[in-house]
Formats: sequence, structure tokens, C-alpha cells
Amino acid sequence: MNRRNRMLHDLEQDIRDHIEIETRDNIARGMPPDEARYAALRKFGNVTRVHEETREVWGFVWLEQLLQDIRFGLRMLRKSPGFTAIAVLTLALGIGADTAIFSVVNGVLLNPLPFPEPDRLVTVDASKPNFPQGSISYPNFLDWHRINQSFSYFAVSRATGYMLTGVGDADELNADVVTSDFFPMLGVKPVLGRWFTPSEDEIGASNVVAISTALWKRKFGSAPDVIGRGIMLDGKGYVIVGVFPGHFNLPNPTFESVDVYAPLGEFANTGIRNRGAGLGIHGIARLKPGVTIEQARADMEHVTHDLSEIYPDVDKGVGATLTPLKESMVGEVRPFLLLLLGAVGLVLLIACVNVANLLLVRATGRVREVALRSALGASKGRLIRQMLTESILLAIAGGALGLALARAGTHAALAALPATLPRASEVGIDARVLWCTVLLSVCAGIFFGMVPAMRTARQSVHETLKEGGRGAIGSRRRTQGALVAIQMAMALVLLTGAGLLIRSLAELWTVNPGFNPDNTYTFNLALPPQMNTAPAASIRAALRNFDAGIAATPGVEAESLSWGAIPMNGEDDTTFWIDGQPRPASDNERIWALNYIVGPDYLKAMRIPLLAGRFFSNRDDEHSQRVAVVDELLARKYFPNGDALGKRIHAGSQDDTYEIVGIIGHVKQWGLNVDDQNSLRAQAYFAFTQMDDSTMALVPSNSEVVVRSAGNIAGFMDSIRRTNDRISKDEVISQVQTMHEVIESSLASQRFAMMLLGSFAALALVLAGIGLYGVIAYVVGQRTNEIGIRMALGAQRGTVLRWVLWQGTQLALAGVVAGLAAAAALTRLLAKLSLLFNVSATDPLTFSTVAGVLLLVAFAACWIPARRAARVDPMVALRYE
Amino acid sequence: MSTKEQKERIELLQGTLDLLILRTLILGPTHGHAIAKAIEFNSDEVLQVEQGSLYPALHRLIKREWISVEEGISENNRRAKFYRLTAKGRRQLKLETSKWDKLAGAIARILRPAEQEGKS
Repeated sequence: MNRRNRMLHDLEQDIRDHIEIETRDNIARGMPPDEARYAALRKFGNVTRVHEETREVWGFVWLEQLLQDIRFGLRMLRKSPGFTAIAVLTLALGIGADTAIFSVVNGVLLNPLPFPEPDRLVTVDASKPNFPQGSISYPNFLDWHRINQSFSYFAVSRATGYMLTGVGDADELNADVVTSDFFPMLGVKPVLGRWFTPSEDEIGASNVVAISTALWKRKFGSAPDVIGRGIMLDGKGYVIVGVFPGHFNLPNPTFESVDVYAPLGEFANTGIRNRGAGLGIHGIARLKPGVTIEQARADMEHVTHDLSEIYPDVDKGVGATLTPLKESMVGEVRPFLLLLLGAVGLVLLIACVNVANLLLVRATGRVREVALRSALGASKGRLIRQMLTESILLAIAGGALGLALARAGTHAALAALPATLPRASEVGIDARVLWCTVLLSVCAGIFFGMVPAMRTARQSVHETLKEGGRGAIGSRRRTQGALVAIQMAMALVLLTGAGLLIRSLAELWTVNPGFNPDNTYTFNLALPPQMNTAPAASIRAALRNFDAGIAATPGVEAESLSWGAIPMNGEDDTTFWIDGQPRPASDNERIWALNYIVGPDYLKAMRIPLLAGRFFSNRDDEHSQRVAVVDELLARKYFPNGDALGKRIHAGSQDDTYEIVGIIGHVKQWGLNVDDQNSLRAQAYFAFTQMDDSTMALVPSNSEVVVRSAGNIAGFMDSIRRTNDRISKDEVISQVQTMHEVIESSLASQRFAMMLLGSFAALALVLAGIGLYGVIAYVVGQRTNEIGIRMALGAQRGTVLRWVLWQGTQLALAGVVAGLAAAAALTRLLAKLSLLFNVSATDPLTFSTVAGVLLLVAFAACWIPARRAARVDPMVALRYE
Repeated sequence: MSTKEQKERIELLQGTLDLLILRTLILGPTHGHAIAKAIEFNSDEVLQVEQGSLYPALHRLIKREWISVEEGISENNRRAKFYRLTAKGRRQLKLETSKWDKLAGAIARILRPAEQEGKS
């Protein structure tokens, strides 16, 4: 820099001196002084430009060259718009797919949770036999909260729902009841108002709620005076004390956003006092500064161990499971997202190879240009830099377009599948995604530009100029061929993955769920709000009234209320012990079973086969002997002598005695794919009307119903709703699903994987096809002379056709062989992620089918140039020489 | 900035002028005006260099360390800048000269068939 200033400082003087000497020379030659000076100036040229150019010499050479290269590159790209469009579009698809998946990975896996010091947040669950992350009983929570040394805050929450009335239309709201530590623990400040106080944790003490910004906007027009206003939830009056921020979004098992938070004290169920009750209460805690999660785990182990000695009957075998909050939110989807990232990586590679091939073809047309430039003094490095600038320009254009595609694509994909991805609302294009796209584009540009650039720059000036522009074609074709084969191989890997997933899904559809989902609906039922506080007898009467009304509705074949578990749509469990055996000392040593509490027509509605004995009837009511029905698995496992019928079991918190009156078929509760692997599969059914009074008190706010229609009847659910309205205007039906939809959503992650991998594979196949087409078309173009000569010498059109097709098939075959080998290694990942079902990772049928599909596409890609070759007119072809 | 990058900055006409300057300086340190005169004179005035373009070229060569600059007294007793060929510049001159020969040959090969075509 210093030297630069010194040199430029003297420049003015130098130029003045120069012109003065020239003027004096001119005068010496006899010119008049004026004319002599003028001539000197004219001879010197434009003084300002000399200044400028000299300054440029000391400027940033690389920057100047870069600008020069960019200008030149843009000119070259404009000169061949067809090539540019195809290349940019190809790259946009590749980079767009990568950006889309990366934006998901970024939003879900990489970004920290939107809370202060999120790494110190952990979820706390109770570990029990069969349930490593079971719910915590409230008395246990209170003791854990009091005794532990590790948490600065420790709160529990329970997901629930409310029917909002009195503000516009009735509205069903997602809600959580939480303890007062909840918001301070997360470090979230209310937009308006306050959070809950510890005194509001007292059971039955409070009737306050906090509402979401969205609800505040929707129902109250963002009125600033909403604090203190009343709100009717499930027919009960509450006071709004706070509004929580819009971005606040905490895990809820269904990943749906919460509209209302209420203090846990609001959950006035008698079970809340029961140390053994599992009521869906789960904890979150903030570790004290300096306490590691391992230390906290050890601490909680002491706490739970001490409690199990104090309360051996219920707390034996109960521990605490601590998981980092982020891990518990996204841990399950991580491998799956990384798999997708790998898949789109392959797509981008294929796109890059395509563009590299296009560049190689185009380089042929530029052989002379390059040779001349190098003859005129451009060094190899300089030429490579120029060509790389061009390819990076292409990639950046592709990246920009890809970014737009990614934005639109992610929005569409997430809108289509909201419930399968945690933190979906946090997915978006942020600075990190942008940088990643830029980096990806530049790397892609260098990657696909390098081979063509090196090839072009390596060609010798002499050879090229001597050969008249046909240099290095043989070796270039080999490079292209290799690239196309690699493309084919990568496409095959993706196709195989997609193929295995499709086969798995097909296999899953053939699995018998244990019930017949055709024409069957399930929905939630909330009785009129005043029923919430009604005695059990009135509730039973209201439910019988509902049953009778629905059963009388035209088109209804069978209907049953359901409480507890619904196949693939909600789990519930119970414990029991067999009469005649010693009563187990603790709850956790009793026998665990899935818990279904249903009406007499449940079996008919679900079409579950009755294997022995009988199912419930209307005579099994609150006054008669309590009865139970078990599934074949429970019968076989706990009554190995086949004598389950007539045996008695003691179940429920009161150890009520039930007689087993029937055995029915097993239902795949946990989903078609994973039911077999679950440890808790035994199923016990109890009669709805025999439910004990305390449980019956929970029914009015929310119970489930299954209905089978007599056929595929249009407007069937409408007539059900009309019946319901007739029974009571205040009775609400919600969340209607067909059982087919329930099964489908249980397969959502499989379908999501299949759809994404399938579309990436299709994209890869198209790109690879275009790549092959490009190369074969190029070969045919180059060999037009040769083909002409052959045909002039008597070659048949069929021979030419076959020859060209063979050229392409060779490449495709090479790709298929390499691809099958790679796929065999990589599909094991799918098996590891348990995305495969009843299909081996190296399923021969899938492998041979995708190989066939790939060869077919390759054949189609070669067909057009082959036809063109066969149509070559020998005379025209020869005239080219 | 590495010299490698600077070497790459050889374009046709600039490169040619650089070559001519280096060739002129092989006879000894010379000041700006004298270099212009020498190029004119030695090429039998065929190469009419716009004298101003000499200065960016000189600065370029200084930057590449192919020539150095020193203060001196010109023939008419004025203070002037004298440019001197460095060892590196001498090597470069050799390289450039052989490159130029190659280029001339290549261009000749390109042009010759064109002439023949024109005649036939």
C-alpha cells in the first residue's frame, strides 16, 4: 500500500516531465511552442485515462479479474440461453431440494429451543415397567419437587381440552393444565397480565387461565383490556389473567399448539390424590446452574428410591427418567431427517453431474476459443478460473431459484403433514439456511465446473489448433460416460430406497388390524357442560339416552361408547391380578394390560371376532356382577391352560372383582407395523356402565364413540350430528375420523418417508435420464459423419439403431451394477430406522424391479438420439466433411 | 498479492507493450520518455505507441518486480526516474520472447489455411 501511494504520488510529476521533454524536442525540431505542446499532448494521449489505468495497476487485481470474469461469464451464458436455462433449472431442483430439507433440519434439529438457556431444560417422567416415560402421579411430583437438589424449577403439565362458548361460535380448544413453576421455568414473559401463583396450584382453588396470542386475536380482537375478563370453558366461568406470546410453542404429544393454559389445581379429579394414578401428567424441569443431567439423574434416583421404601405398594419400581427437552422433542425424527438429507445430497450430486456433462458438451464448441486465449498468453490457472467463474454463476442462479422453490415446497409439505414433525412451526429460511444455500451453490459450481474446466484447460494449444478443433474428444467421451454411469448408480440407490418403502407400505396394508375399518367412524363426545358435576347415575342415564338415540338413527349398524384405549388412536392401561394368587405387594408387580371400556355393541361396531364365551350385554350394568373380556393374547399368556373363561381377576384401584366372560381377537393397538414389538400387548375390556363412579365423573367432558354404518352412506355423519343435536343442543361431537383415517395417520411417518424419498428418487431418475440422453445425443452428433459413411457402405438402419442403443445401455448397465452394490450397503439404514416392514433391506424383487425401471428409462433416453442416428441421410452426413 | 496471480494478467496488447519495454531496458536504465522514443525508433516507427499507455505498463512491471525504479539525472540535466531491468525481469523477457514466437507461429498456422481457401 505504501509503495502504491508513493508511486502514484510521483505519477503526476512524471507525466508533466514527460510532456515537457516531448515539447522541447518538438521545439528543437522547429515547431512553434504552442504547436509543439499540442503535438506532445496528442502523442501522450488521454492524461486522465493514463492516471486511471495506472491506479488500476495498483488496485486489487483479483477483484478486477473477478469482475472481468463475471462480465465475460454472463455474456457467455446469455449467448446460449437454452443451455443456461437447462443448467439453472437442473441446479435449482437439486439445490432447492437440499435447501428445503436443510431448512427443516435447521429448524428442527440445529436451532436451539426458543427459551433462555434451553440446554438446562429436561423432561421428567416416571419410569415404570413397560413405560420408561410414564406419567407422574401428583403426590409423587410434590415429593420429587420438595426433595430434589438438582432443579431450580420443576413443573408438571397435563394435556386437556376445553369447549369455549359465549364468544362467537363454540370452539374446541387445546389446553394444558400446569403448575405455577411452568412459565418462570421456561423463562417466558406474558404479553399481557401475569402467570399463575403457587396458591393457584391448590386443587380446586382457582378458576384462572392464560390464553394464547392467537386466541386473544381470534376471539377478543387483541383487546388490551382482556385481562380480568370472564371466559366460559366447558360451561364453567374462568378469569383471564395472562396472554402468552405467539412464538411460544411447547411440546404437546400431538404437536398441536396450545390455546389455553390453566393451573393444575383446575384438574379436580379424585385421582389426583392417588399416588399410584397415571393421569397423563408429565414434568419439565430446569437444572440448577452447574448441575449436569447425570448428577440430576443420580439425585432423582435417590429421591425415588427413598419414596419406594416409604410407599412400597405403589412406588416400588417407579423411577425418574430425565431427558434433555430438545432430545425428547426431536430425538425420534433425527435419524429420519438425516436420512432425507443424505437422499437430497444424492439428488444434488446427480444434478451437478448433469450440468458437468452439459458443460463438457458445450466445451467442445469452445475448444478454439480456449486454445486461442491460451495462445494469447492466458495461463492454465487463469483459464480454469474463468471457467469456474462461469459455473459458479450458473450455480448461484440455480441456488437463487432453488431457494424460491424450497420456500414454496417446504410450506406445501409442512401444510400437508402438520402432525408428523415436531417444531414444524419453527421451520423456515433463516440466515443459516441462506448461508448454507450460498455455500452449497458455490461448492456445487466448483464441483461440477472442475472436471470440464480441467479437461478444457489441459488440452494442448498445438494439438487443438492442428486438429482443427476436434481435440481430446475420445477422452472427453470417456469422462462423460463415467459421469453418466455414476449418475445412474446414484439414481438407482434412491430408487431402491423408495421401492423398499413402497413395498413396506404395501405389506402394511395387507396386515389385518384385528378389526374391520370399513364404514366405521370414531369421534369425541362431550356431554352438556352441566353434566360435568352431575352424579354418576345421571351421567349413566345421559349416556344410555345417547346410545339409544344413535342406535335408532337410520343407517347405523352398531354404535358403542369407548373410554380408555382406541386402536391406534390413544393408549390407556390398567393393572390386575388373578384371583387365587397372592395379592402383589406393589402396583408394578401386577399384570399390565391395555384398557378398553366399551359398550355391548363395540364388537359389532369394530367387527372384532369373538373367539369364546360372550361379549357384554345390556344386562351387564352397574348393579350386576362385574365382567371382563380379554383378548387372545392375554388369555394365552396368563392362562396358559386355556381356562381363562370363568376365571376372576382383581382390577382397578379398588381391586374390584371381575369375571372373565369372553375371549376376543387381538387388535393391533400400537399400529400395523410396530404392534408385534411392543412389550405391552395384552388387552382387557370392561363394560362402560360398570365403570366406577370416580371414573364416570370424567366421562361427560370427553368420551369417545365408534359407529359403523350399514354401508357407504353419503352424509352419514350429518345424520349422526342431527340426532345428537336433537338429544341436546349442548352436546358436542368433535374430531370425527374414519377408522381408515386412523390407520392411515398411524402410518404417517412411513408415508411421509415414502413420499419424500419417492419424489427425490423420481427427480433423480429424470435427471439421470436427461444426463444419459445428453451424452448419447452428443455422441450421435459427433459421429454423424461416421454413421453416414457406414450407411453409405451398406449398414442397415436397424444396425445403427442398435449400435446407438448399445452405447447407452452399456453406460446404464455399468451404473446399475455399481448402483445395486451401493444400494445393498445403504438400504440397511432404512431397516435400522425401522421404516421397513416385512421386506428385507436387500429384497431381490425390489432390487430387480428398480434395475429394470432404470434400464427402461435409459432405453427411452437413448431411443430419441438412436432414431435420429438411424435417419441420418448418408449424403447429407458426408457433405459435412 | 502473489506474483503468480500477476503473471496471469497477460493479455494480448498489454503483454506486447510490456515485452517491448523489457526489451528496451535490456540496454540499461532508461527514463520514461526515452523508452517511448526507443520503441518508436527501434520499430522503424511502425509501432506508434500512445506514449501515455507506457505509464500504466511501467507501473505494472514495477509491481511485478520485473523492473525497479531509481532517481537520476537525465541527459538535459533534469531530475528524472530511471527504470532498470531486474534479474526477474530478465528471466521474464526470455520467457515472453519464446512465448511470443509460439504465438506468432500459432497465428501464422491459423491464418495460412485461410489464405489458401481465399485463393482457391
